[in-house]
Amino acid sequence: MADKERFIDETNEYMPALYSAALRMTRNPQDAEDLVQETYLKAFRAYERFEEGTNLKAWLYKILTNTYINIYRAKQRKPDETELDEVEELYLYRRLGQSQNNLGKSAEDVVLLGLTDEEVKSAIESLPEQFRIAVFLADVEGFSYQEISDITEVPIGTVMSRIHRGRKTLEKLLHEYALMNGLVPNETKLPNGDSLSLESEAAMVSGPSNQDFNGGMP
Amino acid sequence: MGIESSHIKNECEDAVHRLYHYLDNELTDDLRIKIKKHLDDCPPCGKAFDFESELRKVIADKCKDRVPESLRLRIAVAIQHEIKSSEPTEI
Repeated sequence: MADKERFIDETNEYMPALYSAALRMTRNPQDAEDLVQETYLKAFRAYERFEEGTNLKAWLYKILTNTYINIYRAKQRKPDETELDEVEELYLYRRLGQSQNNLGKSAEDVVLLGLTDEEVKSAIESLPEQFRIAVFLADVEGFSYQEISDITEVPIGTVMSRIHRGRKTLEKLLHEYALMNGLVPNETKLPNGDSLSLESEAAMVSGPSNQDFNGGMP
Repeated sequence: MGIESSHIKNECEDAVHRLYHYLDNELTDDLRIKIKKHLDDCPPCGKAFDFESELRKVIADKCKDRVPESLRLRIAVAIQHEIKSSEPTEI
């Protein structure tokens, strides 16, 4: 049984993570603050039932997720059941091009270093709710499939499918930002069908037009 | 396409198919070792996996937000209030 007097000391360190999750879920700072406060209050009231030695962070996330779904699903009247189009594996990687820019950075680094915080956050927030939550918990928080299944009360197979589909769509969204910023070459002619011959595809996207792009740097 | 290259191609397909399970550390030991060996033997796949792994780190790093002090304060006050209102009142 957990000691209520130690609640703040024990849970304080998770506030930034919970606040980030709340921001991605609600997409609105005011709602995110309300959601985190409500989560902490509910957790405090239930803290005596928390079994010490088990995963406190996952327990807090479960309360956060439930609270979010109860409050915001109610507002929306019906749950967001949007489906996602099928996106190929390695979507972003296949569109990088091969050239090094004039600062000697690889095409990979140009994208990885060039995407901004705001773009990454906005891309995650663009995913439909059920994918957004699963991808955030996996990619940002590093929870296992089983933990995410427990937190969201969704079967593990569905969790896996949401993470995988959500990630692929996320790569597509990040590719759009990278295109806008000139971080990736504009014209990529991909061969149809065989999507796995990485070397031949890479050769096709590294035309002379990519030789001097500077990764959007001024 | 010779037998050998088609064999390699199948290994690439298999590896890419298990990309997320591999990066998420959700594979059985046998499969993880098998994919790891392929990545060591096949530079294009190794490079692709490295990119995906780095991308994951970048996404996590760029999704951090600073908690407003006002929120920390609000929560502390709300919990103090909760403690007071749950104390038994003597008559």
